[in-house]
Amino acid sequence: MTTQTTETSSPMDQREDLLVVKDLKKHFRIDRKTVLKAVDGISFSIKKGETLGLVGESGCGKSTVGRTLTRIYEPTAGEVGFGGANIGGRIDRATKRRLNHDMQMIFQDPYSSLNPRMTVAEIVSEGLVIHNPDMKQKERDKRVQELLELVGLNKSHAGRYPHEFSGGQRQRIGIARALAVEPKFIVADEPIAALDVSIQAQIVNLLKELQKDRGLTYLFIAHDLSMVKYISDRIAVMYLGKIVELAESEALYEKPLHPYTQALLSAIPLPDPEKERTREQIILTGDVPSPTDVPSGCRFRTRCPFAMDSCAVIDPEFREVEPGRQVACHLYDPEVMAKEGKEVTVR
Amino acid sequence: MDQNILEVDNLHVSFKTRNGAVPAVRGVSFTLKKGETLAIVGESGSGKSVTAKSIMQLLPKQNTVIPDGAIRYEGKDMLKFSKKEIQAVRGSDISMVFQDPMTSLNPTMKIGKQIMEGLSRHTALTKKQARQRAKEMLELVGIPNPESRLDAYPHQFSGGMRQRVVIAIALACNPKILIADEPTTALDVTIQAQILRLMRNLQEKMDTGIILITHDLGVVANMADRVAVMYAGEVVEQGTLDEIFYRPQHPYTLGLLRSMPNLDASRAEPLIPIPGSPPDPSALGTGCPFAARCPYTMKVCHDYNPGAIAMSETQAVRCWLHDERTPAGHVPAEIKEGRRSAEEAAAEAEGVTA
Amino acid sequence: MTMMFPKDGDLKAGLRRADGLPAEPAADLFTPEPLAESVREELAKPAPTFWKEARERLFKNKGAVISLAVLLILSIMAIVGPSMNEFTYREQHIPHSNLPPKIGGLEWLGFNGKDVAGTDVYAERGIETNYWFGTDEFGRDLWTRVWKGTQISLFIALVAAALDLIIGVIYGGISAYYGGRIDNVMQRIIEILTGIPNLIVIILFILILEPGIRSIILAMIITGWVGMARVVRGQMLQLKGQEFVLASRTLGASDSRLLRKHLLPNVMGPIIVTVMFTIPTAIFFEAFLSFIGLGLQAPLASLGVLIEDGYDAIRSFPYKLLIPAVVISLVMISFNLLADGLRDALDPKMRK
Repeated sequence: MTTQTTETSSPMDQREDLLVVKDLKKHFRIDRKTVLKAVDGISFSIKKGETLGLVGESGCGKSTVGRTLTRIYEPTAGEVGFGGANIGGRIDRATKRRLNHDMQMIFQDPYSSLNPRMTVAEIVSEGLVIHNPDMKQKERDKRVQELLELVGLNKSHAGRYPHEFSGGQRQRIGIARALAVEPKFIVADEPIAALDVSIQAQIVNLLKELQKDRGLTYLFIAHDLSMVKYISDRIAVMYLGKIVELAESEALYEKPLHPYTQALLSAIPLPDPEKERTREQIILTGDVPSPTDVPSGCRFRTRCPFAMDSCAVIDPEFREVEPGRQVACHLYDPEVMAKEGKEVTVR
Repeated sequence: MDQNILEVDNLHVSFKTRNGAVPAVRGVSFTLKKGETLAIVGESGSGKSVTAKSIMQLLPKQNTVIPDGAIRYEGKDMLKFSKKEIQAVRGSDISMVFQDPMTSLNPTMKIGKQIMEGLSRHTALTKKQARQRAKEMLELVGIPNPESRLDAYPHQFSGGMRQRVVIAIALACNPKILIADEPTTALDVTIQAQILRLMRNLQEKMDTGIILITHDLGVVANMADRVAVMYAGEVVEQGTLDEIFYRPQHPYTLGLLRSMPNLDASRAEPLIPIPGSPPDPSALGTGCPFAARCPYTMKVCHDYNPGAIAMSETQAVRCWLHDERTPAGHVPAEIKEGRRSAEEAAAEAEGVTA
Repeated sequence: MTMMFPKDGDLKAGLRRADGLPAEPAADLFTPEPLAESVREELAKPAPTFWKEARERLFKNKGAVISLAVLLILSIMAIVGPSMNEFTYREQHIPHSNLPPKIGGLEWLGFNGKDVAGTDVYAERGIETNYWFGTDEFGRDLWTRVWKGTQISLFIALVAAALDLIIGVIYGGISAYYGGRIDNVMQRIIEILTGIPNLIVIILFILILEPGIRSIILAMIITGWVGMARVVRGQMLQLKGQEFVLASRTLGASDSRLLRKHLLPNVMGPIIVTVMFTIPTAIFFEAFLSFIGLGLQAPLASLGVLIEDGYDAIRSFPYKLLIPAVVISLVMISFNLLADGLRDALDPKMRK
């Protein structure tokens, strides 16, 4: 299996941006008084052929980002540019149709993501039926078989029903369904979270291979930081509806800047007893605050080991601290640190 | 100290279904000593949860068959216990923590009352003493303001806090054995780290033997003293933590370790998945259950399922690769020589922290 | 670790093998033979589809199978019964009034033409023809009337259930699928409808429209569809958030495709079960309306009308009540048992 280390996006990367998100917000109204700010102003861009990993704990809004981009949810505010066109606000029918063609999604739960009353062939060919209604049945069958082989399934199983397959095989069917319309961009929403360890690697490798062969661009959403690294060129870490850090994956793992990223990385138990015995773990206290009642200033301050007075007042700006690396934390903002009478010391 | 408090001996469990009996556990044996942590690792459907539930005798009677085996707690076979004897042991000597903290607490009952329930059943404490003990337990598991939290209902706690309460309930009677069935799977990583640390601290204090059931090798490396790896209802390999991680002797264990990403390995190093899917328990043949997915399968593996063979004082494995008739060239180096020695790993770990 | 730890050579102890193989594997078997990639992804035998499995499960349920048979027989009788003899349901023949049932050969079963006092009425009045279920006070043949009544009762129930189904599925479907404000308004309407005691609604309704098959059906469906709408809405709400529906939406599926291909097929089970429970309720309700005098008017007969007629003469002519009562009980019990069986067979929680 070859990987795209050579293609890793460096700051000098001249590839064109496929997706540009600016200050995207998605709020849900719970009742007259409460608004759940699932996504509260995030900005990032993804280049053609690149994979951006989006990680965070449950309830941080990472899945909402994916669903807003694919227009399952209507964004509350913000701009989304996709392949040059603005798809942020209201969009017309033709654009929607194009989006349904160019942007696809792979889901988390291999058990609920396939309609139990449809055969595999019907599931995989759904996109073809919708976008290409004139296609002959024979051609469609042939295409379904190609897609099944592409994702490593036996093509003779096209007539079977989803419940006959194992979790990993079902996830492959979901991938084949997304690939049927030949999308440019795929949002993978925790595609391996529900799978067994030995199967996870199969799916990650498959996604990588498909990217290499077809030049796909991914937004890879996950809560498992260890697997994300294997597939992402860059990683964005989300906390309570905001991106707190965005960096190239190697850099993020080597030197996490934001205190939350540091804690998150250190909390992952490593499958290596010796390292587990020797390393220092940063263990955060407390729980994630409710997204309906976000703390003032910096959202992370209630759990942050480095919280200062300014953190309760000023919402940290998401700024570039190194080329290709953005962090939303006062520890790296000379102005705020000066106010606190401290200096920026990059850990 | 060196005595086994729990011995599971050749346990078999099957479920009755419309299509006949389906074996879930097929001859599992392991032991647990006082104060040690045994991790049972396996994929979904490997029978690890069923093993745990059969120790606690929590499996539905009407469709479960235990045709063979013994579960000895302090030398007495619990499978022969009467209902009363079981109830006396359950919750006081052996208790259990489940995966989902959202459903393992009664939503209509105050937390304090739920902790006191077990105490009043298994101990002679007065109501006041029980309440005091409940308060201590909440304090012990790190819940702030324990006095006032006793009168709170489960929905007033977050997921991580609830799992702490569940642990408090489980440990209230000072059990000798705690069975934790995926205790952190439903939690976020930062909360998982809190709960794992809590469990380790409490174990040190109370000298509880823990059976930790999990699919996460990271959690195993963090918690366990010994490990049993289950596949298709069998323990395919067991050994000490270091033996399993650094000198795995079964291709399945090796495959699991190779398919796990390593945080400090480079992205370029590809993951090596185990091909295929876990077997259907109702369609298991007589051969080795892993033969269909194993890269080292031999002819013998299709028809004969190997028995266990001891590799060291503490490590045993069920695999034909260790038979003397297997051609020496066929045994992969990683199994022959070990993935890497503990010393190497230590040196490497040092390099990372330095 | 002492006693149960396998010692060297225990490889043979736990060994399992296929029948007919030598106890000890031959040395030449120790040659590498990994499985081909294609074999690894091979599936087991094809598993039955949902409907096939449900059918199998239904046919294993004795109560449901017997009920189905009983219903089939009753339905056939309801269709052919009225034309099995020369009488019609409305033709009066006063000289032959109030005759007890008599069937040649079945005298031992009580079909002997004797009244409560034990006198053979047929012999007494010198009547040659046998009335199988007897006659009423106007001399109308009860056999014909009972089966005609069954036919009408079943017809009313089936039509009412079908209309409930159509209205309920559409209403519940729209309410759940579009959600938000539409759902809110539609649910409030349902609440108002269920808030009024439906007996009052129905009685008023029938008073305005004159009694008849059509007005009974209308009266029953005016509130009857609410149950179905609720079932469909609940199920659809659950399904709407499922990932396979989202997947289809990201593929650009139209609303009608989503409903047709993804939502409806997955609520079919609960819909069928609800319909099966609606039918006996409708039959009972029709009987009840007829019994309190709001039902069909003479000479039309339904099971309810017949029971009401028979009830008036329970002391002297018990057969007039007994026979329609037995038929209606059979219909109700069978429908209920069949619905129960269907629910067990279609319940997704029982699967897997």
